[in-house]
Amino acid sequence: MDVLDLSRWQFGITTVYHFLFVPLTIGLSIVVAGLQTAWHRTRKPAYLRLTKFWGRLFLINFAMGVVTGIVQEFQFGMNWSDYSRFVGDVFGAPLAMEGLMAFFLESTFLGLWIFGWDRLSPRLHLATIWVAAIGTNISAYFILAANSWMQHPVGYRLNPVTGRAELTDIWAVLTNSTTLVTFPHVIFGAFVTAGAFVLGVSAWQLARGREVGLFRTSARLALTVTLAASVGVALSGHWQAQIMTEQQPMKMAAAEALWEDETSAGFSLFAVGDVENGRNHINLQIPYGLSLLSTNTPDGRVEGINDIQARYESLYGPGDYRPVVGLAYWSFRLMIGFGALAALLALAGLWATRRGRLPRGPWFHRLAILGIGLPFLANSLGWIFTEMGRQPWTVFGIMRTAAAVSPGVDVTEVAVSLAGFTLIYAVLAVVEIRLLLKFIRIGPDDEGEPDRPADTVPALSY
Amino acid sequence: MELTTVWFLLIAVLWTGYFVLEGFDFGVGILLPLLGRDEADRRVLVQTIGPVWDGNEVWLLVAGGATFAAFPEWYATLFSGFYLPLFVILVALIVRGVALEFRNKSDSPTGWDRAFFWGSLGPAFLWGVAFANIVVGVPLDADHEYTGSLLTLLNPYALLGGLATLVLFTLQGALFVRLKTGGELRERAARLIRVAAPAALAVGGLFLVITQLTVGRPVTWATVALAAAAIAGALVATVRGRDGWAFTANTVAIVAVTVTLFATLWPDVMPALDPANSLTVDNAASSPYTLTVMTWVAAVFTPLVLAYQGWTYWVFRRRLTRPLGDG
Ligand code: HDD
Ligand code: HEM
Ligand code: HEM
Repeated sequence: MDVLDLSRWQFGITTVYHFLFVPLTIGLSIVVAGLQTAWHRTRKPAYLRLTKFWGRLFLINFAMGVVTGIVQEFQFGMNWSDYSRFVGDVFGAPLAMEGLMAFFLESTFLGLWIFGWDRLSPRLHLATIWVAAIGTNISAYFILAANSWMQHPVGYRLNPVTGRAELTDIWAVLTNSTTLVTFPHVIFGAFVTAGAFVLGVSAWQLARGREVGLFRTSARLALTVTLAASVGVALSGHWQAQIMTEQQPMKMAAAEALWEDETSAGFSLFAVGDVENGRNHINLQIPYGLSLLSTNTPDGRVEGINDIQARYESLYGPGDYRPVVGLAYWSFRLMIGFGALAALLALAGLWATRRGRLPRGPWFHRLAILGIGLPFLANSLGWIFTEMGRQPWTVFGIMRTAAAVSPGVDVTEVAVSLAGFTLIYAVLAVVEIRLLLKFIRIGPDDEGEPDRPADTVPALSY
Repeated sequence: MELTTVWFLLIAVLWTGYFVLEGFDFGVGILLPLLGRDEADRRVLVQTIGPVWDGNEVWLLVAGGATFAAFPEWYATLFSGFYLPLFVILVALIVRGVALEFRNKSDSPTGWDRAFFWGSLGPAFLWGVAFANIVVGVPLDADHEYTGSLLTLLNPYALLGGLATLVLFTLQGALFVRLKTGGELRERAARLIRVAAPAALAVGGLFLVITQLTVGRPVTWATVALAAAAIAGALVATVRGRDGWAFTANTVAIVAVTVTLFATLWPDVMPALDPANSLTVDNAASSPYTLTVMTWVAAVFTPLVLAYQGWTYWVFRRRLTRPLGDG
């Protein structure tokens, strides 16, 4: 492997890993803020206990989100220095704004929330968790604006003297159509994630007959959130698919293993392809599905891989403009598939718990616990699709991945850091899961338990 | 003033803020095994920085992001050139952050405390090494790519720089503990300050004087003198029991050291051994449009951030002590 391959592996691993924690942070922060608001309004102790229980799990996850995020901030310079030189003018701006507007907000106000239970008035304390939660969403917006610019560069010009991209319109970058559809998709995905997590943990407790009242409330809340967010993720995904067909037709064609231009194209469910010759051996389809998804009409025209390849060769010069078709195809399908399973689970759960019922028998609980994994898979596959489907470009149409890598970094250095990050991330995964399990097992604090002495041990954090 | 100069200053401010703030929480990490005789002590120590350490670390993230936006060439050269040391810093920051958050949730905090110690000591030393190298210059080629090796960075002058930040941050940590705790811990911190302050004066002084003699400019003798006076002032104030003044004095010292380094640097941002290849505020900068946009953003949000971070310190201003009747 060369520096390029290793750097790609490292970026892929560290970023997908970061994004395991991110959606749970985004979704849970709002759930916890909502629960605390409910407590503030009703003064029912149950809501306070729920706030603290879910808040603790949220904090364990947040810590991991923060430490894996630090790496992200510096990786562009470390491994992709030619990329950074080329795009810093445009891409650095949203990144710096994210830090200044969002990271300061999240970190400062979360500190206030954790340690401020007995230092701030209840109202002010409630406000701190909302500010932190809003901060996580602002952070998501800016980083997605940066990423969307790589998918669909706007608001810039190429400086013929320096050969660098230069920002000409920050507003265009921040309101990039790609950002506007990606943001809701990612946020809804985050709520699916938080919903499935709360559901699974509640099911674990219910299966043991613990705190049935509290966890039934949690489970119902989670089921509603998961279902509603699943609808949102599908609708926004549909939009995204349309924008993508327009902006990156090759990605859509690869996602569908569609080799030749077609009108009334079907949505492929299962295909076995032949990349060498550019065709499929087997292709099971929903008729008109793809045309509908991409153009909103059953007989819309969708471009195929071979045609786009020919077009790009005349546009960008000789080269292979096809991403890894099998990967794009399957990651797209599995993202949708795992998401659909989560939605089905939520639907079944709402039915099973209707009007005060509780599902009997272990099956539902087991499924709900397994279901925690579904959105994590869907999220990771969504990013793998988005990023791998963009290849060979790093910035679509203007910079290839091969030209982005740091020329001055050698194989040993990247190998050392890749091995180091992978190792430490593996250890941290074990630690995080053990801690989560420990606190899930401990369960909510007893009602009326006096908070331990101020000044030494804040109620929530320890 | 030219926007490139504004951004050079702003990045200097961000690093200064980072060194002042994370300086004390690195220091607390380094002092944990020394000052914390038992678990109750160590809890108090960790709690002094509990509410603020993450906000402090964001100063670094924003310094990184601001460099990327305002001086992309600097960001690219620095972080790809200093690849391995930066990797070590990142690992240390990961380990440290997790240790801070998880130690009190764990049944056996000892392992976490060790991680917290090394995770604080490593960056406290390595940031000094990195800045010493930036200030004296490193080998860059005409494309601004770093051409040295890891060993190039580990030269004696840079190691001295590392030692200087290490001692200075340790002192800052001790002063912070002195300010934020009561009882036995506060006494122990005072004893430590009596050793750490002279050490900071000696090591930091030597480092700054060598810097002045090799690459310094006359005006920065003033900030060097200020740094020395401030460290001495911190010691005197501690002896007199004026904890607030002592901490402020050393904060001034850290500011003066950072200002010395950045003032020496300007108008370069990363001098090369062959001056023709140096990165300067001009050839490393973004376009005027980007700088203008970012200036507006910074002008609006920096005061806001300072206000709410300042408020946080106000909220948690009370001294921390061990629970009554414990130990
Ligand atoms: C859609 C959302 C999203 C995406 C795509 C990313 N992040 Fe992230 N990031 C967050 C959403 C987020 C967050 C929700 O805001 C986190 C997670 C946990 C947290 O503390 O904040 C966070 C934390 C976080 C931190 C630590 C902040 C702190 O100390 O408080 C940094 C430096 C980054 N991220 C940087 C990045 C970079 C450079 C990315 C691109 C490669 C990236 N993140 C992808
Ligand atoms: C957190 C969600 C994200 C995930 C899971 C993700 C995933 C990936 C993966 C798997 C790759 C490797 C692709 C390959 O090597 O073929 C990659 C590459 C890359 N991504 Fe992302 N990405 C995410 C967000 C971002 C964001 C927000 C940005 C920019 C702000 C970004 C910028 C890049 C860059 C610069 C590369 C390296 C060049 C390349 O290989 O294309 N990514 N990402
Ligand atoms: C009907 C269901 C879905 C559709 C039609 C859909 C559609 C899409 C499309 C077209 C993209 C690629 C965007 C691009 O590359 O420009 C994408 C990306 C993504 N999807 Fe989905 N998706 C669906 C379900 C889900 C679910 C259930 C999740 C997670 C819970 C999810 C998470 C993601 C993520 C994280 C990305 C990468 C970020 C992005 O580009 O938005 N998706 N999705």
